[in-house]
Amino acid sequence: MNEQPTWASTAKAFVYLLPAFAIIAVFTMYPILSSLVMSFYTDYDFFNNEVYAYGFGNFVELATDPSFRTALLNTLIFVIGVVPASILISLVIAVLLNSNIKGIRFFRTSYFLPFVTSVVAVSIVWNWIYHSDYGLLNYGLGLFGIAPIDWLTDPAYAMPALIILCIWKGLGFNIVIFLAGLQGIDRNHILAAKIDGARGTRRFFHIIVPLLSSTTFFVTLITMISSFKVFDEVYALFSGRPGPANSALTVVYYVYQKFYSEWEFGLASAAAYVLFVIILLLTIVQIVVSKKLVHYQ
Amino acid sequence: MNKSRQMLATVVVYFVLTVGAIFMLLPFVWMIITSLKEANEVMSMPPVWIPSSWEWSNYAEAWAKAPFDTYFMNSMIITVVVTVGELITTILAAYAFSRMSFYGRDVLFVLFLATMMVPGEVLLIPNYVTVTEFGWLNSYEALIVPWTASVFAIFLLRQWFLNMPKELSYAAKIDGCKDRHILLYVFVPLAKPSLVTIALLKIVGSWNAFLWPLIVTNSVEMRTLPVGLTSFTTEAGTIYELLMAASTMVILPMVLLFFFTQKYIVAGVARAGIKG
Repeated sequence: MNEQPTWASTAKAFVYLLPAFAIIAVFTMYPILSSLVMSFYTDYDFFNNEVYAYGFGNFVELATDPSFRTALLNTLIFVIGVVPASILISLVIAVLLNSNIKGIRFFRTSYFLPFVTSVVAVSIVWNWIYHSDYGLLNYGLGLFGIAPIDWLTDPAYAMPALIILCIWKGLGFNIVIFLAGLQGIDRNHILAAKIDGARGTRRFFHIIVPLLSSTTFFVTLITMISSFKVFDEVYALFSGRPGPANSALTVVYYVYQKFYSEWEFGLASAAAYVLFVIILLLTIVQIVVSKKLVHYQ
Repeated sequence: MNKSRQMLATVVVYFVLTVGAIFMLLPFVWMIITSLKEANEVMSMPPVWIPSSWEWSNYAEAWAKAPFDTYFMNSMIITVVVTVGELITTILAAYAFSRMSFYGRDVLFVLFLATMMVPGEVLLIPNYVTVTEFGWLNSYEALIVPWTASVFAIFLLRQWFLNMPKELSYAAKIDGCKDRHILLYVFVPLAKPSLVTIALLKIVGSWNAFLWPLIVTNSVEMRTLPVGLTSFTTEAGTIYELLMAASTMVILPMVLLFFFTQKYIVAGVARAGIKG
């Protein structure tokens, strides 16, 4: 490890690295650059792979395309709908699971189960749960005297339906990470607070929450990034459509449409890069903000 | 804190956790119940919780209505080959990054890590073009090759390797062991928990993968289970008992796998969190 590299050792290491490097270079590194270049293609013939013109045209077109604006707005609403709720619920569940209770394995398994199951399959199940006449959800709401809701066909409810499904799907992952974070907290901090007479809620807000802030930061970042990229759930929940009247059209769905149905490779690449830049900027903002808020033990 | 307060707190904890668990499990329970109903019981209000007769034939019917045997085989082949492939590339690369010295190591490693920033969706279109140029559209190559290496897995295993005592490899080297033997007989066995986690996360990921298989396959023969399932929804329309039977069949293998290996899957996810 600490030996000086030689050309011989470099050659040998290269043999070990070659398989992974070849795949990652071709299918990850090259496409990162390639799609950036592609986003500037304004006149492109896919069948002959020939580019006739370059320019900023795609970005101009995105800025003026109302459906891209819809996609951006929907994605934003989706992220705002999913991230805080998911973090809050999973934090509470994780804290409850972390208290010394019996049956933790059963509970943890129940919450985690959606994570290992196919998004497509569970979206189809939720499609059935959301059925306006025979769905379980409307039946349950009916017990409380709430009139049936057209979850999947009313543009006003399509997004809430998607948000509920995605919170349900992602909860287990976040809970496990929070549990790992909670178990990493030094018990002495909590004991000291107990001796000082701090009640449960006070301990939660003044000891656990601050000590858990680096975990919370990580979970928030991961949930936010994955929420910005929602696609499979939309496709499967609305049977291959982006919701009624584009009400669940998200940015990745837009990329898919432009690319796969309309063969607009340049425009689709530009949209994907816009998404990347948004995620990157928000990540940077979060890192800067967290520097002020995150406490390390 | 007195005894009755403590009791009350415990009751509240159990109540919240139980209500939550019911919400989490209900969709699966409802899926299975529906998959075993007769057609006339599916669409009934109030819902039927216990079918009057258990229609196991729904599964046979769903299976026969679409070529699920083909989808199943494809998903199986792809999952196994992708996972084995990733393990091989990851073990070799992680060893090089953790135990070999070579020119440009740090630069290359940073370059690898930097790729983790970019969302997969950005890679979609160029990869589609590449795969087309290779003549791989609608073939196993397209479904397998791009997924046989992962920076994240290399990163995870490298951390594990770095934590192994250096004396291990020194001792082996003094005994005249070559690098490939040290890797195979010392590192790989000791890294088993980490390797199992990497493999399981990959199995779950590739079994459930959707967007890429959707795009690079266009014939029934090449469809994977999730892609086959979405086309089945349009073919089966609103025959919910068959849709639920099909969904159960897609979900079941991963649920079984999870029940037997949850320790490793959960540990893997938790470890992913700790690096933050």
